[in-house]
This record gives sequence, C-alpha cells and structure tokens, in this order.
Amino acid sequence: MLLSLTIICVVAGTLLAWVNTMTEGPIALSKAAALEEAIKNVTPPFDNNPVAEAYTTESSDGSPLLIYPATQNGIPVGVAVETYTMNGFSGEIRLIVGFDTDGKIINYSILQHAETPGLGSKMMDWFKTDKNKQSIVGRSLASGNLKVAKDGGDVDAITASTITSRAFLEAVNRAYSVYAGTDASTGTTGVDGESGATEQVDGETGATETEEGGEL
Amino acid sequence: MEYIIIFIAAVFVNNIVLAQFLGVCPFLGVSKKVGTAVGMSAAVMFVLTIATIVTFLIQKNILEPFGLDFMQTISYILVIAALVQMVEIVLKKVSPALYQALGVFLPLIATNCCILGVAILVIQKHYNLMESVVFAISTSIGSALALVIFAGIREQLAMSRIPEALKGTPIALITAGLLAMAFMGFSGIV
Amino acid sequence: MNNMKVLVNGILKENPVFALLLGMCPTLGTTSSALNGMAMGLATTFVLICSNVVISSLKSLIPDQVRIPAFIVVIATFVTVVQMCMEAYVPALYASLGLFIPLIVVNCIVLGRAEAFAAKNSIFPSLFDGIGIGLGFTFALTLLGAVRELFGTGNLFGFSFMPEEYGSLIFVLAPGAFIALGYLIAIINKLRKA
Repeated sequence: MLLSLTIICVVAGTLLAWVNTMTEGPIALSKAAALEEAIKNVTPPFDNNPVAEAYTTESSDGSPLLIYPATQNGIPVGVAVETYTMNGFSGEIRLIVGFDTDGKIINYSILQHAETPGLGSKMMDWFKTDKNKQSIVGRSLASGNLKVAKDGGDVDAITASTITSRAFLEAVNRAYSVYAGTDASTGTTGVDGESGATEQVDGETGATETEEGGEL
Repeated sequence: MEYIIIFIAAVFVNNIVLAQFLGVCPFLGVSKKVGTAVGMSAAVMFVLTIATIVTFLIQKNILEPFGLDFMQTISYILVIAALVQMVEIVLKKVSPALYQALGVFLPLIATNCCILGVAILVIQKHYNLMESVVFAISTSIGSALALVIFAGIREQLAMSRIPEALKGTPIALITAGLLAMAFMGFSGIV
Repeated sequence: MNNMKVLVNGILKENPVFALLLGMCPTLGTTSSALNGMAMGLATTFVLICSNVVISSLKSLIPDQVRIPAFIVVIATFVTVVQMCMEAYVPALYASLGLFIPLIVVNCIVLGRAEAFAAKNSIFPSLFDGIGIGLGFTFALTLLGAVRELFGTGNLFGFSFMPEEYGSLIFVLAPGAFIALGYLIAIINKLRKA
C-alpha cells in the first residue's frame, strides 16, 4: 500500500524534474525576451546591451531598483528603470520607465500586474495616449512628482481606477528619483564600478545633468 | 498597522469568494441554511490557518533551499489532504463535540480551492510567517462573512416566488452577483 | 456505451458547468474574456485526458485504500507539467490565468471523473470521457467568456463588435461573472425543458 504510493510519488517527482529542466531554458529565454522588448520600447534606439550593463541603485525610500543604461556609439541616449509599486488595486505592479538624457519620460511598459481587466488594466495604454491630460510621455519630473488631478496634480486618472492610477504614478515617481539620484552621483563621484566600461561617457552625462541642475 | 491593512483588504476589499472566486463551490453548495454555513466556515478557518502555516514552512525550509520549486503544487495538495485527515482523527479523539459539529465538512475541505489558493498566494505576495497567518485568518473570516450573509439571503429566497427557469442555482448565482456588487463598495478603503 | 456516446455525453448531457455545476471557481475566475476562458478550458482538458488515461491504466496497481492520494499525485503532476509548459511557451496567457492554473488540482471535475469514470473503465472509454468532459468544460468557459467580453467591452476574442461605450463594465468585473452565469444556466434550463 505505502510502497505503491511511494513509487507513484517517485515517478511523479522524476517526471516533473525532467520537465522542469526541459522548460527552464525556454522560460528564462521568454522572460529575457520580454524584458529586452520592454527596454526597446521605452528607450531611443541603442546599440549596447542594457541588460548586461544593468546596475542596481537604491531609491529615496531605500528599495533597490534595476537601471538599464542605453547607449548609441558609446554615447548615452537614455535609461530604462525597472520600478514597482505595492499599492495597486490588486497588489504589486511592476513596470519599466524610460527616460531620455534630459530626464523626460520617453515611454513605459507594464511588466507584471494583477489589476482588474477593463478598469485598472487600462494603464497599459492610458498614460501614453495623447488625450486630455492623461499622457505622461514627454513630461519631465524635474519640477516635481506626478500626481493625479484628484490629488492636485495634472495627470488625468483612469476613469473609475484612481487607486491604480495613483499606484502607477507612485512607481513612475520612484523610477525618476532613482534616475535623478544616479545621475547626480555620477556627476559628483565620477564613475561607479559597474559601468566602468563607459567611463569617459559618464562624464558627459554628468555635464548635461549639471546644466539641467542650473536651470532649476 | 500592516496587519490591519491585510485584514481589511482580505475581509472586505478583496473578499476571497466574491472578488477572487476562490472557494465558490462550498459557497454555492452549503449555503442553503445558516447553521451549516457557520459550521463550514469554522472548519475552513481551522484548516486554512494550519495549512497555510505548514505549507509556508515547507516552502521556506524544504522547497526553496533545495531548488524544488516545481514540486510546489504536488507537495501542497498532499500536505493539505493529509492535514485534513489528521485534523479529522485528532478532533475525533480530543473533542467529540467539535467533531460532531465540523466532521461532515472536513472531507469537503480538501478540494476547497481557497485552501490551496491561499497557501500559494502568501508565497506569491512575499508575506512573512506572521503576515501569512494574519492573511489566512482574515481570508477565512472574509469567506465566513460572505457565506453566512449568502445563506441568510437564500433562506429568505426559498420562500419567495421565483420564475421557473431561475429556480435553484441561477437565482443563487444572481444573488451572489448582487452581493459581490455590494462588496465592491468597500474598494478604496485601504 | 460506445465511445462516441461517451464523448457527446460529456459535452451536452453531463456538461460539467451547465448541468453538473462543478468547477465553479475557474469558471467564474478566468472568463473575463473569451480567449482566457478557452485557454483555461483547454488546459483543464489536457489534465483531464492525461489523468483519465493514466489512472485507468494504473487502476489495478493502486490499492484501494490509497486510491485518492494516488489520484491526487497523478493529477498534480500533470497540472505542474501544464503550468511549466505554459510559462515557457505562452507567458502572456500564463500571466493572465495566474493562480488558477495550479488550482486545476482542486477542480472537482478532474478528481470527480478519475473517481467516477476512469477508476472503473478501461483506457479508451476513459480517454473519450476525458475529451468529452474537457470539451464540454471548454465550451462552457468560452461561452461565458464571450458573453462577458461582448457585454462588458464590446469585443469578442479581441475583435471589436460594437463601440466600447455601449459595453457595461460590470460584466467584466466580479459581480458580472455571477450574474452572467446565473442567466446562462437559466436560459439553458429553459431550453432543456422546451
């Protein structure tokens, strides 16, 4: 009795281990492909490998975020920041936000969410649709964080999904805080270890950043 | 504070039955009388809390350290089935009165998807052990609330005149829909 | 009973959702669009066919006392196989069905058919029973998904049929699932009597 059950369990375990090794590769590949696609979507054309050059930086509230730098012929053209919020209507939302070298939002792409279909899930396109004040594309956060109109900001929230909209903007603001933070740090301390290959280039980023700093 | 938010969210905002559709089978099956609904709810709360703790410890101490994540579903369901059996045996010995009250519901619980669902959800939400326990208890309170309210309505419904085709399950489902709509009013409080 | 009869029986007379009222959780939880409903139905069908075949061929080897745990292990194995394959090859669908894929394990239809049919019949009838019940489940989920998607967003399988403004969002949300299924069953009851 116990023997047959044990045999079944062992067979099942072996089968699963085999399928697991078979699918591990494709799962990793499809995840990597999705990430690359998302980075491509949110940054200007680049010719480096942002995933390989990615590095982690802590945001203002101490959570580590991944940053993917994009360069064209060795000159930085923008960065993609992988950010998140835990305050979505159904919990965690992960997205990737692209900034150009002036700190303007180029585009964003949702990586993972569990928002209500038809309501919160509209965030996939809502904040990049050029209608009324709902698009965040092209905006710069240098003058302050983005807020929904209800909270005194100037971004139109998704109809009937203020919670999702708030959470979404929180994630975008977090991404910007990291973006601004890293550029400031490269401006003052020169180079951080991980992106050593683009040493001379980082100096330039620092320069553009100080220019912008002067504008403020 | 964290725990209070988990509690409110699990009981009202994201009610396990009415918003997440887990445990709908007992919700429709044992909701004809308030008495049985209460019994079922108590049994679910009991098993759900224990099962969540045990599966959480298995996940963190066995599956993750040894890289056996792919065995998650299979090990969880076995643990839950075994646990239900064990609870049944222990209860029979220790408290015959409680066994009398909950006994008939226990075998039904092994295939109640909210047990396995919650065990997987706490891992997905990256809760720690304490948060998982709070989540498990709040979830079962949420399902108990939905079940008891629904049973109360159905007791009334049994005495009303209903169009022939809607009798039985259809009207129960529509009532559940209205109840779910009422629970949607809670969204936004956390 | 010949195989064809077993097949049709599962789709129509013993339709798991509309007639037997089994597997309500995935029925309500994954039908926010026709495509999601169909994908969930097909995933369940696959598990159902595999577990039916394996259990009917192993039934003489499994002692009666440990029947249920053995069935559960077989079912859970196939569920995990489906889960890993979907994550690898259709990640978008995997993400939208989420938690409901591992929960196929506790779908009463699968264990119910293993116990009621596969444990008593030989391989071929069990295979056809699995296909029939599975397709019946898929049909029900696709129909419910289509109704909710059409009334909720004006689309069907992602193609626009009427302007989105005409849709009533409640059908895509949780209450709409209960209400749409309630009326669908009522209509089918009515048709069956007529």
